[in-house]
Amino acid sequence: MAGPGGGSSDVQWCFSQVKGAMDDDVAEADIISTVEFNHSGELLATGDKGGRVVIFQQEPESKNQPQCRGEYNVYSTFQSHEPEFDYLKSLEIEEKINKIRWLPQKNAAQFLLSTNDKTIKLWKISERDKRPEGYNLKEEDGRYRDPNTVTTLRVPVFRPMDLMVEASPRRVFANAHTYHINSISVNSDHETYLSADDLRINLWHLEITDRSFNIVDIKPANMEELTEVITAAEFHPYQCNTFVYSSSKGTIRLCDMRASALCDTHAKMFEEPEDPNNRSFFSEIISSISDVKFSHSGRYMMTRDYLSVKIWDLNMETRPVETYQVHEYLRSKLCSLYENDCIFDKFECCWNGNDSVVMTGSYNNFFRMFDRGYRHDVTFEASRENSKPRSVLKPRKVSTGGKRKKDEISVDSLDFNKKILHTAWHPLDNIIAVATTNNLYIFQDKVN
Amino acid sequence: GRSEVSGGTAVLWCQQEMEDKVISPEKAEEVKLKARYPNLGAKPGGSDFLRKRLQKGQKYFDSGDYNMAKAKMKNKQLPSAPTEKSEITGGHIPTPQDLPQRKTSIVASKLAV
Repeated sequence: MAGPGGGSSDVQWCFSQVKGAMDDDVAEADIISTVEFNHSGELLATGDKGGRVVIFQQEPESKNQPQCRGEYNVYSTFQSHEPEFDYLKSLEIEEKINKIRWLPQKNAAQFLLSTNDKTIKLWKISERDKRPEGYNLKEEDGRYRDPNTVTTLRVPVFRPMDLMVEASPRRVFANAHTYHINSISVNSDHETYLSADDLRINLWHLEITDRSFNIVDIKPANMEELTEVITAAEFHPYQCNTFVYSSSKGTIRLCDMRASALCDTHAKMFEEPEDPNNRSFFSEIISSISDVKFSHSGRYMMTRDYLSVKIWDLNMETRPVETYQVHEYLRSKLCSLYENDCIFDKFECCWNGNDSVVMTGSYNNFFRMFDRGYRHDVTFEASRENSKPRSVLKPRKVSTGGKRKKDEISVDSLDFNKKILHTAWHPLDNIIAVATTNNLYIFQDKVN
Repeated sequence: GRSEVSGGTAVLWCQQEMEDKVISPEKAEEVKLKARYPNLGAKPGGSDFLRKRLQKGQKYFDSGDYNMAKAKMKNKQLPSAPTEKSEITGGHIPTPQDLPQRKTSIVASKLAV
């Protein structure tokens, strides 16, 4: 983990690996749509617009190179979702994987939930490294032997074989969402999980696919009166009765499932008061929360809106305890960002293992880290140019004033097509996974 | 103009201009947007905008249109299925056969190479 001081000030981030094609011509299917480490950090899953999941596994640390942590190599890949057409509603259902969430490991196999807009699937990923040999009635190639030719009996034995990793769909949770699923979250009870769409949140049992309970419904009786939608939802890390959901109006509601079956009435509502003088056409759009994540400690939660990251203390609803500006220089570009739809981009955010640093993406393939303790922030770029093995990342700077210093980049030179929406932090170590449009970068801290 | 004014008044004039210009960058952007799109509604996050968001993925026909078109077709000669999947536009009511088939991915992800 981070050094005794904690946080990013004593960490030197180095390039480790990059996955994906180098060419600029990006097929839509290759656009990465989600990135998630499992609970031990040994596995790293990605989902893409083509409905495919790729899982990487960290190699054990080698004795030859003790300075390096293990590399992540492909472990398994499978087609999770396929495009569908709902003829009844005349609705095209994309195969894009919106979210992947790992289940805590209970036995030798690994389980994850993956979801597109409408259907959640539970996948089992298991290893096979032995196979039975020496059957009495079957040849080695599987053909059946004539029983009359069997003169002796033997006991089949298991012999080692090349490792085979198999992914199989164990559950399909379908037909519970009228609107588009934006979040799934596994409960700390390891038995249930929630799925949230624009207007409703459902509670499922992992074993039961033909039934789910609706726990939040914000659909108005008259759709003309619709003013806000649900943008993200998450269960508390250890209070199995508590979850939060964020809205397009910048509010977060915390709900307690013990209070009632339908949690339309929140237990707490977190909202930062707005200065009415500063209100503009863009205010509501940029206040829309694109991601909400509890800290590992369960004491705080983090929200991401278009321009900032906010840390909230669950005990204080009136305002966030910390606010970090991700790219404040975009405030004077909102007109063009509205015209090219970038203002609607949904950036995610994540905590490091001990909740001392938070990270989120930006444009031009930049990503930002904020050290909560040292009040120090840094910007890095995920690019092939900085991809010499173990090369230390150089901090980047966007020049906001008139004079542009050497090595700085001006706001007008930023590439808004190069956005980092998805990032993930290893639960225990300083290893991060950063997704550009179609590439996955892995960075590690320098181990001396 | 400003360069013509003598020293003292130039300073006063610049100050006044600066005070007028101290509106938030956000409001300045709003003015720019409204200048480009004068018909833009006052409420950006209103129900129209949200409803459009909820309708993502909606295709061009519904079962009502489809059944009406089928009823009309009964009196006419049924058209043979088109050999080319041409773009469906205008008054043509699309049928399931006309819709471009979404091919499932058979290509492996480039991340797995």
